[in-house]
Amino acid sequence: MFARRKFSAAKSLLEFMGLEPGRVHFSWCSSAEAERFATLAKKVVGEVAALGPADYMAKAPLDKVAQ
Amino acid sequence: MMEALIQKMRQTARDLLAQGQVEAVYGYTQGSAPMACRPFVARTPEETDRLWWDEFCVLNLVNFLPRGTEGRYAVVAKGCDSRNLVVRHQERQLDLKEQVTVLGVPCQGMLEPELIRKATEGREIDIREVRIEGDQVKVSGPGFELSLNKAEVTRETCLTCRHPNPVVESVLLAEKVPEDPDRDKDARVREVEALAPAERQDFFRRLFSTCVRCYACRNACPLCYCNLCFVDESKPQWLGKSIEEADTLTYHFLRAYHCAGRCTDCGACESACPVGIPMRILTRKLEKDIKEAYGYEAGLDIEVQPPLTVFRPDDPENFMHE
Repeated sequence: MFARRKFSAAKSLLEFMGLEPGRVHFSWCSSAEAERFATLAKKVVGEVAALGPADYMAKAPLDKVAQ
Repeated sequence: MMEALIQKMRQTARDLLAQGQVEAVYGYTQGSAPMACRPFVARTPEETDRLWWDEFCVLNLVNFLPRGTEGRYAVVAKGCDSRNLVVRHQERQLDLKEQVTVLGVPCQGMLEPELIRKATEGREIDIREVRIEGDQVKVSGPGFELSLNKAEVTRETCLTCRHPNPVVESVLLAEKVPEDPDRDKDARVREVEALAPAERQDFFRRLFSTCVRCYACRNACPLCYCNLCFVDESKPQWLGKSIEEADTLTYHFLRAYHCAGRCTDCGACESACPVGIPMRILTRKLEKDIKEAYGYEAGLDIEVQPPLTVFRPDDPENFMHE
Protein backbone atom coordinates (compact mmCIF):
# COMPACT_ATOMS: atom_id res chain seq x y z
CA MET A 1 0.00 0.00 0.00
CA PHE A 2 2.96 2.29 0.67
CA ALA A 3 4.46 1.09 -2.57
CA ARG A 4 1.36 2.09 -4.50
CA ARG A 5 2.14 5.78 -4.01
CA LYS A 6 5.76 5.25 -4.97
CA PHE A 7 4.89 3.25 -8.07
CA SER A 8 2.40 5.86 -9.12
CA ALA A 9 5.05 8.60 -8.94
CA ALA A 10 7.66 6.46 -10.68
CA LYS A 11 5.42 5.54 -13.59
CA SER A 12 4.27 9.09 -14.06
CA LEU A 13 7.83 10.44 -14.09
CA LEU A 14 9.08 7.74 -16.46
CA GLU A 15 6.33 8.51 -18.92
CA PHE A 16 6.90 12.24 -18.45
CA MET A 17 10.49 11.67 -19.55
CA GLY A 18 9.29 10.05 -22.72
CA LEU A 19 8.92 6.36 -22.02
CA GLU A 20 5.98 5.24 -24.17
CA PRO A 21 2.78 4.32 -22.33
CA GLY A 22 2.65 0.52 -22.24
CA ARG A 23 6.22 -0.12 -21.15
CA VAL A 24 5.69 0.22 -17.41
CA HIS A 25 3.18 -2.07 -15.74
CA PHE A 26 2.05 -2.53 -12.17
CA SER A 27 -0.43 -4.92 -10.71
CA TRP A 28 -1.43 -6.59 -7.47
CA CYS A 29 -0.91 -10.33 -7.50
CA SER A 30 -0.90 -12.81 -4.66
CA SER A 31 1.39 -15.84 -4.54
CA ALA A 32 -1.81 -17.91 -4.50
CA GLU A 33 -3.05 -16.48 -7.80
CA ALA A 34 -1.07 -18.52 -10.29
CA GLU A 35 -3.58 -18.19 -13.08
CA ARG A 36 -3.90 -14.43 -12.63
CA PHE A 37 -0.12 -14.11 -12.62
CA ALA A 38 0.20 -16.04 -15.88
CA THR A 39 -2.53 -13.99 -17.54
CA LEU A 40 -0.94 -10.71 -16.44
CA ALA A 41 2.52 -11.80 -17.50
CA LYS A 42 1.22 -12.69 -20.96
CA LYS A 43 -0.54 -9.35 -21.21
CA VAL A 44 2.57 -7.40 -20.18
CA VAL A 45 4.85 -9.32 -22.54
CA GLY A 46 2.35 -8.85 -25.35
CA GLU A 47 2.09 -5.10 -24.86
CA VAL A 48 5.82 -4.55 -24.55
CA ALA A 49 6.56 -6.77 -27.54
CA ALA A 50 4.08 -4.79 -29.60
CA LEU A 51 6.07 -1.63 -28.85
CA GLY A 52 9.27 -3.28 -29.99
CA PRO A 53 12.76 -2.84 -28.57
CA ALA A 54 13.50 0.42 -26.73
CA ASP A 55 16.66 1.16 -28.67
CA TYR A 56 16.94 4.60 -27.15
CA MET A 57 17.54 2.99 -23.79
CA ALA A 58 20.37 0.80 -25.07
CA LYS A 59 23.92 1.92 -24.58
CA ALA A 60 26.27 2.16 -27.51
CA PRO A 61 28.56 -0.90 -27.84
CA LEU A 62 32.00 -0.34 -26.36
CA ASP A 63 33.79 -0.27 -29.72
CA LYS A 64 31.49 2.54 -30.87
CA VAL A 65 32.13 4.57 -27.71
CA ALA A 66 35.89 4.34 -28.25
CA GLN A 67 35.67 5.98 -31.67
CA MET B 1 16.75 47.35 4.41
CA MET B 2 19.49 44.89 3.55
CA GLU B 3 21.90 46.66 5.94
CA ALA B 4 19.37 46.52 8.75
CA LEU B 5 18.84 42.82 8.09
CA ILE B 6 22.57 42.10 8.13
CA GLN B 7 23.00 44.08 11.36
CA LYS B 8 20.17 42.18 13.02
CA MET B 9 21.56 38.87 11.72
CA ARG B 10 25.02 39.61 13.14
CA GLN B 11 23.70 40.91 16.43
CA THR B 12 21.40 37.92 16.94
CA ALA B 13 24.14 35.50 16.00
CA ARG B 14 26.63 37.23 18.29
CA ASP B 15 24.23 37.09 21.24
CA LEU B 16 23.38 33.44 20.65
CA LEU B 17 27.04 32.45 20.53
CA ALA B 18 28.10 34.70 23.43
CA GLN B 19 25.35 33.33 25.65
CA GLY B 20 26.27 29.80 24.70
CA GLN B 21 22.79 29.05 23.36
CA VAL B 22 24.25 27.66 20.15
CA GLU B 23 27.60 26.23 19.15
CA ALA B 24 27.52 27.49 15.59
CA VAL B 25 25.62 29.84 13.32
CA TYR B 26 25.16 28.71 9.73
CA GLY B 27 24.91 31.65 7.36
CA TYR B 28 26.58 33.22 4.36
CA THR B 29 29.61 35.42 3.89
CA GLN B 30 30.68 37.64 1.04
CA GLY B 31 32.55 35.90 -1.73
CA SER B 32 35.62 37.20 -3.51
CA ALA B 33 33.51 38.62 -6.33
CA PRO B 34 29.99 40.07 -6.63
CA MET B 35 27.16 37.51 -6.90
CA ALA B 36 29.34 34.84 -5.26
CA CYS B 37 28.47 34.82 -1.58
CA ARG B 38 29.18 31.50 0.06
CA PRO B 39 28.12 29.43 3.03
CA PHE B 40 29.84 30.35 6.26
CA VAL B 41 29.78 28.96 9.79
CA ALA B 42 30.41 31.35 12.67
CA ARG B 43 31.61 29.56 15.80
CA THR B 44 32.72 32.55 17.90
CA PRO B 45 30.99 35.89 18.57
CA GLU B 46 33.78 37.69 16.67
CA GLU B 47 33.22 35.66 13.53
CA THR B 48 29.63 36.85 13.27
CA ASP B 49 30.94 40.11 11.76
CA ARG B 50 31.58 38.13 8.61
CA LEU B 51 27.94 37.11 8.19
CA TRP B 52 26.35 38.54 5.08
CA TRP B 53 23.12 38.65 3.15
CA ASP B 54 22.26 39.60 -0.41
CA GLU B 55 20.17 38.39 -3.35
CA PHE B 56 22.65 35.65 -4.22
CA CYS B 57 22.39 33.58 -1.05
CA VAL B 58 20.94 30.66 -2.99
CA LEU B 59 22.82 27.64 -1.68
CA ASN B 60 20.55 25.87 0.77
CA LEU B 61 22.27 25.92 4.16
CA VAL B 62 20.26 22.95 5.41
CA ASN B 63 22.57 20.89 3.22
CA PHE B 64 25.53 21.90 5.38
CA LEU B 65 24.03 21.13 8.79
CA PRO B 66 25.42 18.29 10.85
CA ARG B 67 23.19 15.24 10.91
CA GLY B 68 21.84 13.82 14.10
CA THR B 69 20.32 15.28 17.22
CA GLU B 70 23.59 16.24 18.95
CA GLY B 71 24.52 19.88 19.36
CA ARG B 72 22.62 23.13 19.04
CA TYR B 73 23.01 25.59 16.24
CA ALA B 74 21.36 28.50 14.49
CA VAL B 75 20.73 28.63 10.77
CA VAL B 76 19.72 31.44 8.43
CA ALA B 77 16.71 30.33 6.40
CA LYS B 78 14.47 31.72 3.67
CA GLY B 79 11.02 30.25 3.07
CA CYS B 80 12.29 27.29 1.05
CA ASP B 81 15.21 26.59 3.40
CA SER B 82 12.90 26.62 6.41
CA ARG B 83 10.75 24.01 4.69
CA ASN B 84 13.82 21.85 4.26
CA LEU B 85 14.40 22.10 8.00
CA VAL B 86 10.88 20.75 8.46
CA VAL B 87 11.59 17.91 6.01
CA ARG B 88 14.76 16.99 7.91
CA HIS B 89 12.80 17.00 11.14
CA GLN B 90 10.06 14.81 9.64
CA GLU B 91 12.76 12.41 8.46
CA ARG B 92 14.35 12.33 11.94
CA GLN B 93 17.60 13.90 10.75
CA LEU B 94 17.44 16.70 13.32
CA ASP B 95 15.24 17.94 16.11
CA LEU B 96 13.87 21.25 14.93
CA LYS B 97 12.28 22.13 18.26
CA GLU B 98 15.18 21.31 20.57
CA GLN B 99 18.21 21.86 18.43
CA VAL B 100 17.75 24.56 15.88
CA THR B 101 17.39 28.32 16.20
CA VAL B 102 15.98 29.49 12.89
CA LEU B 103 17.03 32.99 11.82
CA GLY B 104 14.20 33.55 9.36
CA VAL B 105 14.58 35.78 6.33
CA PRO B 106 11.39 36.72 4.46
CA CYS B 107 12.61 36.33 0.89
CA GLN B 108 12.06 38.89 -1.83
CA GLY B 109 13.36 36.58 -4.52
CA MET B 110 16.91 35.63 -5.34
CA LEU B 111 18.66 36.69 -8.53
CA GLU B 112 20.17 34.52 -11.24
CA PRO B 113 23.85 35.47 -11.79
CA GLU B 114 23.89 33.88 -15.22
CA LEU B 115 21.15 36.21 -16.47
CA ILE B 116 23.02 39.23 -15.10
CA ARG B 117 26.26 38.10 -16.72
CA LYS B 118 24.49 37.67 -20.04
CA ALA B 119 23.01 41.16 -19.78
CA THR B 120 26.50 42.67 -19.62
CA GLU B 121 27.16 41.38 -23.14
CA GLY B 122 30.64 40.05 -22.61
CA ARG B 123 31.73 42.32 -19.78
CA GLU B 124 30.84 39.90 -17.00
CA ILE B 125 34.46 39.67 -15.88
CA ASP B 126 34.38 43.43 -15.16
CA ILE B 127 31.36 43.36 -12.85
CA ARG B 128 32.42 45.07 -9.62
CA GLU B 129 29.12 45.78 -7.97
CA VAL B 130 25.55 44.53 -8.13
CA ARG B 131 22.99 46.33 -5.99
CA ILE B 132 19.21 46.59 -5.79
CA GLU B 133 17.38 49.88 -6.11
CA GLY B 134 13.64 49.34 -5.91
CA ASP B 135 12.67 47.09 -8.81
CA GLN B 136 15.94 47.74 -10.61
CA VAL B 137 19.25 45.90 -10.39
CA LYS B 138 22.25 48.19 -10.91
CA VAL B 139 25.25 46.37 -12.35
CA SER B 140 28.45 48.35 -12.62
CA GLY B 141 32.13 48.02 -13.41
CA PRO B 142 34.89 50.07 -15.01
CA GLY B 143 33.30 52.08 -17.81
CA PHE B 144 29.77 50.75 -17.58
CA GLU B 145 26.65 50.82 -15.49
CA LEU B 146 23.55 48.84 -16.36
CA SER B 147 20.08 49.07 -14.94
CA LEU B 148 18.16 45.80 -15.22
CA ASN B 149 14.57 45.00 -14.44
CA LYS B 150 14.73 42.88 -11.29
CA ALA B 151 11.95 40.51 -12.36
CA GLU B 152 13.89 39.72 -15.55
CA VAL B 153 16.97 38.54 -13.67
CA THR B 154 15.17 36.74 -10.84
CA ARG B 155 15.51 32.97 -10.59
CA GLU B 156 12.60 31.13 -12.11
CA THR B 157 11.88 29.23 -8.92
CA CYS B 158 11.61 32.49 -6.96
CA LEU B 159 9.24 34.01 -9.50
CA THR B 160 6.84 31.14 -8.88
CA CYS B 161 7.45 30.86 -5.11
CA ARG B 162 4.39 30.30 -2.94
CA HIS B 163 6.09 30.44 0.45
CA PRO B 164 8.73 33.20 0.60
CA ASN B 165 8.29 33.64 4.35
CA PRO B 166 9.90 31.09 6.67
CA VAL B 167 7.36 28.46 7.80
CA VAL B 168 9.22 28.19 11.10
CA GLU B 169 11.30 30.88 12.69
CA SER B 170 12.81 31.55 16.08
CA VAL B 171 13.86 35.07 15.17
CA LEU B 172 12.52 36.95 12.17
CA LEU B 173 15.21 39.19 10.68
CA ALA B 174 12.90 41.42 8.63
CA GLU B 175 9.24 42.19 8.00
CA LYS B 176 7.28 39.41 6.34
CA VAL B 177 6.66 39.80 2.63
CA PRO B 178 3.28 39.30 0.91
CA GLU B 179 2.77 35.77 -0.38
CA ASP B 180 0.42 34.10 -2.80
CA PRO B 181 -0.17 30.44 -1.89
CA ASP B 182 -2.05 29.83 -5.15
CA ARG B 183 0.69 31.04 -7.47
CA ASP B 184 1.05 28.81 -10.53
CA LYS B 185 4.25 26.79 -10.28
CA ASP B 186 3.39 24.26 -12.95
CA ALA B 187 3.19 26.17 -16.22
CA ARG B 188 6.42 24.68 -17.57
CA VAL B 189 5.48 21.17 -16.48
CA ARG B 190 2.15 21.45 -18.28
CA GLU B 191 3.93 22.57 -21.45
CA VAL B 192 6.09 19.45 -21.41
CA GLU B 193 3.16 17.20 -20.47
CA ALA B 194 1.33 18.46 -23.53
CA LEU B 195 4.01 17.06 -25.85
CA ALA B 196 3.75 13.61 -27.43
CA PRO B 197 5.87 10.86 -25.77
CA ALA B 198 8.48 10.93 -28.54
CA GLU B 199 8.73 14.71 -28.31
CA ARG B 200 9.17 14.53 -24.56
CA GLN B 201 11.89 11.95 -24.98
CA ASP B 202 13.62 14.28 -27.38
CA PHE B 203 13.11 17.23 -25.06
CA PHE B 204 14.84 15.46 -22.15
CA ARG B 205 17.65 14.09 -24.28
CA ARG B 206 18.46 17.62 -25.38
CA LEU B 207 17.94 19.01 -21.88
CA PHE B 208 20.53 16.68 -20.37
CA SER B 209 22.86 16.48 -23.37
CA THR B 210 25.35 18.89 -21.76
CA CYS B 211 25.37 17.13 -18.37
CA VAL B 212 28.92 16.27 -17.30
CA ARG B 213 27.73 14.09 -14.39
CA CYS B 214 29.57 16.15 -11.81
CA TYR B 215 26.72 15.49 -9.34
CA ALA B 216 26.72 19.11 -8.19
CA CYS B 217 22.90 18.99 -8.27
CA ARG B 218 22.98 16.12 -5.83
CA ASN B 219 25.69 17.63 -3.65
CA ALA B 220 23.86 20.94 -3.33
CA CYS B 221 20.56 19.27 -2.44
CA PRO B 222 19.46 19.34 1.20
CA LEU B 223 17.45 16.16 0.58
CA CYS B 224 20.49 14.15 -0.57
CA TYR B 225 22.04 13.14 2.71
CA CYS B 226 22.47 9.38 2.27
CA ASN B 227 25.79 8.06 3.56
CA LEU B 228 26.25 6.19 0.33
CA CYS B 229 24.50 7.48 -2.77
CA PHE B 230 23.35 4.99 -5.40
CA VAL B 231 25.52 6.74 -8.00
CA ASP B 232 28.66 6.07 -5.96
CA GLU B 233 27.97 2.43 -5.26
CA SER B 234 30.03 -0.11 -7.15
CA LYS B 235 28.65 -3.38 -5.74
CA PRO B 236 26.20 -3.42 -7.35
CA GLN B 237 26.88 -0.64 -9.80
CA TRP B 238 23.40 0.70 -10.44
CA LEU B 239 24.39 2.83 -13.38
CA GLY B 240 27.44 3.58 -15.49
CA LYS B 241 29.80 6.37 -14.53
CA SER B 242 30.31 7.85 -17.98
CA ILE B 243 28.26 10.48 -19.77
CA GLU B 244 26.50 7.80 -21.79
CA GLU B 245 23.04 9.15 -22.57
CA ALA B 246 21.10 6.26 -21.04
CA ASP B 247 23.13 6.54 -17.81
CA THR B 248 22.73 10.29 -17.63
CA LEU B 249 18.97 10.09 -18.11
CA THR B 250 18.76 7.29 -15.55
CA TYR B 251 20.76 9.37 -13.09
CA HIS B 252 18.49 12.39 -13.48
CA PHE B 253 15.36 10.25 -13.27
CA LEU B 254 16.52 8.65 -10.04
CA ARG B 255 17.90 11.79 -8.47
CA ALA B 256 14.58 13.53 -9.00
CA TYR B 257 12.57 10.48 -7.94
CA HIS B 258 14.40 10.29 -4.61
CA CYS B 259 13.11 13.83 -3.96
CA ALA B 260 9.46 12.95 -4.57
CA GLY B 261 7.19 14.46 -1.94
CA ARG B 262 10.19 16.11 -0.28
CA CYS B 263 11.34 18.81 -2.68
CA THR B 264 10.70 22.41 -1.64
CA ASP B 265 11.85 23.79 -4.99
CA CYS B 266 14.66 25.80 -3.38
CA GLY B 267 16.52 25.61 -6.68
CA ALA B 268 19.93 24.83 -5.17
CA CYS B 269 20.37 22.07 -7.79
CA GLU B 270 20.00 24.44 -10.72
CA SER B 271 22.08 27.13 -9.04
CA ALA B 272 24.90 24.64 -8.49
CA CYS B 273 24.85 23.28 -12.05
CA PRO B 274 27.99 24.34 -13.91
CA VAL B 275 26.35 23.99 -17.31
CA GLY B 276 22.98 25.53 -16.47
CA ILE B 277 20.65 22.54 -16.92
CA PRO B 278 17.12 23.39 -15.73
CA MET B 279 16.65 19.99 -14.06
CA ARG B 280 13.96 21.33 -11.70
CA ILE B 281 11.44 20.36 -14.37
CA LEU B 282 11.64 16.78 -13.05
CA THR B 283 11.17 17.58 -9.38
CA ARG B 284 8.41 20.06 -10.31
CA LYS B 285 6.58 17.30 -12.15
CA LEU B 286 6.77 15.02 -9.10
CA GLU B 287 5.61 17.75 -6.73
CA LYS B 288 2.72 18.55 -9.07
CA ASP B 289 1.66 14.89 -9.12
CA ILE B 290 1.96 14.60 -5.34
CA LYS B 291 -0.07 17.75 -4.78
CA GLU B 292 -2.78 16.60 -7.17
CA ALA B 293 -3.01 13.09 -5.74
CA TYR B 294 -2.52 13.75 -2.01
CA GLY B 295 -2.92 17.53 -1.60
CA TYR B 296 0.54 17.76 -0.09
CA GLU B 297 3.29 20.34 -0.34
CA ALA B 298 6.62 19.43 1.22
CA GLY B 299 7.89 20.93 4.45
CA LEU B 300 4.97 23.09 5.48
CA ASP B 301 3.91 21.35 8.66
CA ILE B 302 6.16 19.60 11.14
CA GLU B 303 3.33 17.38 12.41
CA VAL B 304 2.16 15.99 9.06
CA GLN B 305 3.47 12.66 7.81
CA PRO B 306 5.21 12.93 4.40
CA PRO B 307 2.98 11.49 1.66
CA LEU B 308 5.25 8.63 0.57
CA THR B 309 5.55 7.28 4.11
CA VAL B 310 1.82 6.79 4.56
CA PHE B 311 -1.12 5.51 2.52
CA ARG B 312 -4.87 5.57 2.36
CA PRO B 313 -6.89 2.56 1.24
CA ASP B 314 -8.54 4.68 -1.45
CA ASP B 315 -5.33 6.09 -2.95
CA PRO B 316 -5.56 6.37 -6.74
CA GLU B 317 -4.54 3.17 -8.52
CA ASN B 318 -5.80 3.89 -12.00
CA PHE B 319 -2.20 3.45 -13.21
CA MET B 320 -2.33 -0.27 -12.39
CA HIS B 321 -3.80 -3.30 -14.13
CA GLU B 322 -7.17 -4.44 -12.92
